[in-house]
Amino acid sequence: MLEIKNLHAEVDGNKILRGIDLTVRPGEVHAIMGPNGSGKSTLSYVLAGKEDYEITEGSISYNGVDWSELGADERAAAGMFLAFQYPIEIPGVATMTFLKTALNAQRKARGEDEISTPDFMKLVREKSKELKVTPDMLKRPLNVGFSGGEKKRAEILQMSLLEPTLCVLDETDSGLDIDALRIVSEGVNQLRSPERSMIVITHYQRLLDHIVPDVVHVLSKGKIVKTGGKELALELEKNGYADYVDEEAA
Amino acid sequence: MDAKLASGGISSLENDGRATWARVEYPKIDFEDLHYYAAPKNTEGPKSLDEVDPELLETYKKLGIPLSEQEILAGVAPENRVAVDAVFDSVSVATTFKEELAKAGVIFCPISEAVREHPELVQKYLGSVVPVSDNFYATLNSAVFSDGSFVYVPPGVRCPMELSTYFRINEKNTGQFERTLIIADKGSYVSYLEGCTAPQRDENQLHAAVVELVALEDAEIKYSTVQNWYPGDSEGKGGIYNFVTKRGDCREKNSKISWTQVETGSAITWKYPSCILRGDNSQGEFYSIAISNGHQQIDSGTKMIHLGKNTASRIISKGISAGVSQNTYRGQVSAHRKASNARNFTQCDSLLIGDKCGAHTVPYIESKNSSAVFEHEATTSKISDDQMFYCQARGLDEEEAVALIVNGFVRDVIQQLPMEFAVEAQKLISISLEGSVG
Repeated sequence: MLEIKNLHAEVDGNKILRGIDLTVRPGEVHAIMGPNGSGKSTLSYVLAGKEDYEITEGSISYNGVDWSELGADERAAAGMFLAFQYPIEIPGVATMTFLKTALNAQRKARGEDEISTPDFMKLVREKSKELKVTPDMLKRPLNVGFSGGEKKRAEILQMSLLEPTLCVLDETDSGLDIDALRIVSEGVNQLRSPERSMIVITHYQRLLDHIVPDVVHVLSKGKIVKTGGKELALELEKNGYADYVDEEAA
Repeated sequence: MDAKLASGGISSLENDGRATWARVEYPKIDFEDLHYYAAPKNTEGPKSLDEVDPELLETYKKLGIPLSEQEILAGVAPENRVAVDAVFDSVSVATTFKEELAKAGVIFCPISEAVREHPELVQKYLGSVVPVSDNFYATLNSAVFSDGSFVYVPPGVRCPMELSTYFRINEKNTGQFERTLIIADKGSYVSYLEGCTAPQRDENQLHAAVVELVALEDAEIKYSTVQNWYPGDSEGKGGIYNFVTKRGDCREKNSKISWTQVETGSAITWKYPSCILRGDNSQGEFYSIAISNGHQQIDSGTKMIHLGKNTASRIISKGISAGVSQNTYRGQVSAHRKASNARNFTQCDSLLIGDKCGAHTVPYIESKNSSAVFEHEATTSKISDDQMFYCQARGLDEEEAVALIVNGFVRDVIQQLPMEFAVEAQKLISISLEGSVG
C-alpha cells in the first residue's frame, strides 16, 4: 500500500507540491488529473526518486517502508515503476539488452538469481507480441528513433516484464493516435490485478475510457483539491478545470 | 641486467624522448636506471602451465584467453580456438597450437626463435615498416628488444584460428620492450589479438613496444588490442607509461589492415596505430575505445597515410573520460600527390563523466590530391542526468547505469572485436569505470 502524507516537494528551490495526501491500496487504480503546471509530473518524479526533487515536508511510504532515503533503483526493486511521459533515448543499447539488464538488476537487488537467456527470450517474445512490439524494435537502441507510439509501447513492455506492484503512468496517452492508445491501454489493463496499485496521470478523460479508474483526483497548484469516482473525469471533460483552479486561487 | 644507452642510435638522442606534441605530463625518465631485460624468476621458463604464476592465469581467465591447450581442446568449439604466445617481462614463455598452425603453414613463434629459424623473413621485414630511427621509443626498442611475437601467414592461407599474444610486466623496475612482426603474404588473412596486464607497483614502469604489420597483395590483417596495464592508484602514483609505436603497411594492392583497440589501462598512453596505404585499392581501418579514469592520461589516435590510388580509410574513435583524467584523440589523414580518389571517413566521439576530466580532439588533415574526399565528424557529450535517472528508475544502480550507457556509446567499436573478446571487453569497460560516479 502506498501512503503519501502531507507531501511537500521542491525543485531548485521552487515549491511545487504543497501538501499531498494520497493512499493507494493494492488492486486500486487512481487517476490524477489537473491543468498544466499543477505538479502532476513532479509527483511522479518524487515517487520514483529523481535526484533534485527534494521532499521538504511529509512522507512517502510503501508497504510500511519509508521511501525518503531510498534511491530510484532501490524503489524499483521494491516494486515501483514509472512509465515516462518522455522516454529517454539510450544510444547503442539494444532494447532487448536494456530489458535484460534491468530485469537482472532488480532480481539481483532482491537477492534472486539472474534469469537465463532462453527463459528471458521466451518471456520477451510472449510479452512483446501482446503489445505489438516487433523483433526489429527489440534490436534497435532503446527509444532512439522510435515513434511516439513505439516509445509508449516499449514503456508498457518494460512494465509488463518487470512486474512492478506500484505503477505510475505519466501522461502515457500523450502523443498516441487512437489505435496506439488502444494497444497501450489493453496492455495496461492486462496488468491490473488485486496485488497491483496504479496511478494514472493524464490531462484527458479519453484515456480513462480505456483504463477505467476506481478513484479520480484533481491536482491543482500542488494539492489535491477534489476526489471522486470515475464520473468526476467526465465532469472535468465537460467543464474544464476552471472551477477547481479558481477555487484554489480564491 | 642493466643496459647502457651508449649503443646504436640512442646515444645521439640527448633528451628523454618526450613526445612534444602529446598532451601528457610526466617527470623525466632516467633511462640509466631502467632494467632492459628481465627473465621470469624460474630461468628455464615454466615447463608446463602448472608452473605459471596463478595470478597470471587468473588474469588470462578474466580476459577470456584460454591458455591451457587441454582446456581449449576439451571445452571450446574448434572455430573459437585461440593460439597464444605469452610474453612475461622480456621472455616468451609459451606458444600454443604451434603444430596445428604449422600444418597450415602459419608460423607463430617468439621473435627470438624466428630470428634463428626464419632469418630470411626477419631480415626482409623487420624494421621495414618502423625504421630504427623512427622515434625515440622505437629506437630504444630497436636497441634493446629481447622478444615478442612473430607471425607469417603464407600466400592464400586463411589462418585457421585467432592468434593471440599476452604481455605481462611482472618484475619491479622493468621496462618491457617487445617487438611484434606480422606478415600476411599474398591473399592471406590473419586475425591477431594482444592482451596486456601488469600488477600494481608504486614505481612507474615503461612499456615501449614496436608492432609492425605487412600486408601483401589481397592480404588482410586484423589486429585487436585489449590493453589493461596498471593505471596507477587513485592518487596517480605508479602505473605504466605505455609509449608504443604501431604501424601497418598495406604494401601491395587490395590489401587491408584493421586496428581495433580497447585502451583502459596505463598511467600514460601515447600510441597511434597507423596505416600506410601504399598499394592501390588498399584499405585501412582504426577502431578505438579509450577510457581514462582517475589520473590517467591518454593521447592516442591514428595516422592514415594515403599513397596509392583508390585507397580508403575509416576511423571510429570513442573516448571516455572520467575522474580527473585527460583523454586526447590525435589523428592524421593525409593524401599523397598520386593518391587519386583517396577516401577517408572519421568519426570521433567523446563522452565525459563528471566535471573534472578533459576530452580533446586534434585532427590533422592534409591532402595533396584534389580528388581526395575526407570527412570528419566529431561529437562531445556527457551522460545526462535524465539517462541516469531513467536507468535507475528501471532498477540499475549508479555503476550499472554508467556501464550500460558507456557500452552503448562504444558499441560500434565493440562489434569489431572478435566475438570471444567482445564480452570480456565490455566487462573490462565496466570495471575500469568503477568509482567514476557518485
